[in-house]
Amino acid sequence: MPQLVFKWEWLPKLAQGLTLTAEITATCIAIGIVLGLILALGRVYGRHIFYWLASAYVQFFRGTPLLVQLLMVYYGLPSWGISLSPFISGILAMGLNTAAYQAEYFRGAIQSIKAGQMLAARSIGLSRSQAIRYVILPQALRLVIPPWSNELIYMLKYSSIVYMVTVMDLMGVARVIAARNFRFFEVFIITALIYLALVLIISWLLRLLERRVKIPGLGAER
Amino acid sequence: MASNVILKVEDIHKRYGREEVLRGVSFSLFKGETKVIIGPSGTGKSTLLRCINRLTPPDRGRVWLDGVEVSHPKTNINKIRAAIGFVFQDFNLFTHLNALDNVRLGLLKIKRLDKKKATEIAMMELERVGLAEKAKAYPAELSGGQQQRVSIARALAMDPKVILFDEPTSALDPELIGEVLEVMTDLARAGMTMVVVSHEMGFARSVADEIIFMEGGVIVEQGSPEQLFTNPRQKRTGEFLRKITELYGEAS
Ligand SMILES: Nc1ncnc2c1ncn2[C@@H]1O[C@H](COP(=O)(O)OP(=O)(O)OP(=O)(O)O)[C@@H](O)[C@H]1O
Ligand SMILES: [Mg+2]
Repeated sequence: MPQLVFKWEWLPKLAQGLTLTAEITATCIAIGIVLGLILALGRVYGRHIFYWLASAYVQFFRGTPLLVQLLMVYYGLPSWGISLSPFISGILAMGLNTAAYQAEYFRGAIQSIKAGQMLAARSIGLSRSQAIRYVILPQALRLVIPPWSNELIYMLKYSSIVYMVTVMDLMGVARVIAARNFRFFEVFIITALIYLALVLIISWLLRLLERRVKIPGLGAER
Repeated sequence: MASNVILKVEDIHKRYGREEVLRGVSFSLFKGETKVIIGPSGTGKSTLLRCINRLTPPDRGRVWLDGVEVSHPKTNINKIRAAIGFVFQDFNLFTHLNALDNVRLGLLKIKRLDKKKATEIAMMELERVGLAEKAKAYPAELSGGQQQRVSIARALAMDPKVILFDEPTSALDPELIGEVLEVMTDLARAGMTMVVVSHEMGFARSVADEIIFMEGGVIVEQGSPEQLFTNPRQKRTGEFLRKITELYGEAS
């Protein structure tokens, strides 16, 4: 059996990578929430051009590989005179991509709210946008937490794709350390455990959030 | 238009696909009056109520509320709807809000009252339907009868000129119907103007100033409960009344 070797000096470097991974994930998720909500509202309530634009966007970003989208942003945009840093390219591509997926989760949640809620809201005199804001979204956003958690976790793990455009995120740092030390197994096991820890923490926080905003009396604890 | 006519409905038509659900319905409602609409399933009663406050826009026909034409394209429909209470068959309380917030929402967001005043009014209306002590309960924590009473309080809080009830008790277990009818009876006695789609004949007989019998998208007959029950002009009216009295019973 081969001797396993771990070195403390790897940890600060991995921590730097981890910071970048967290930054990239948080930023692209935030972009995704805002854009995803707009897209979902466009697909549910939009007419004509809004509906079609939102739908086309979602289809395109869900129908093509994230890697292709990333390479298009990083290598493709410069031919239009837009050169972005690897870091910004990564955030942009992933943000645009996750927006499409989040839009579908938001849309599903909005559409699962019973039609009577909108009718009741309109019947007391709320405008459509007020009804969406005060009645539909507060319910839909609660419902969306479990599927949305999956997207967040997915994005955290797949943010490692940015090493393809030379960003030194957790995965990028791990590859370099592993290659320099010829300690692939050890370095990647540590890296995997770091991802796992992060995923577990996020899942736990989201479950906490879900419990916190749970509507009293409604449904069983999931 | 007589000055005490509060709601006037004129020649409402509505078509869904090939089916003409409403084929010219007209009636007037005086201030303080209670009209009960009855008729077989699928006859367009719910559609008629929704056409009145334009939750469903009618294809043709006009509606006036207190002299303002609801159906006029320049009318601010949200403002008009705030003055027309609507009580649904399946309550439709906002599931994420407790009873108090359900009743308060319109006061805060539409009437733009400050929180203190809105709470005061909402609590008063909850009191009126006998649910002040349930103010902090969420819809899922209330019985059907309680939910329906909260939804009546929600309508009342907006100080409406008329309230439309669409079969308010037909989703309820029999033992819960009484508490809702009681609230509605009190409202009618207190002079609220109401249109009630209901087959609770005990309620209709004791509270309705007039019963409207609809079938096939038109009003077949309308008149006082006394007249419709004892001496209907149309054969169909008598048949239908006999049938639902059998089905639902007299008492309430
Ligand atoms: N949104 C809709 N789209 C298509 N058809 C509809 C719609 N709403 C109602 N209808 C049709 O219109 C007809 C009248 O429906 P409505 O609900 O007004 O009847 P109703 O008199 O209230 O019946 P019930 O006593 O069962 O409540 C029915 O045939 C129904 O299928
Ligand atoms: Mg109906």
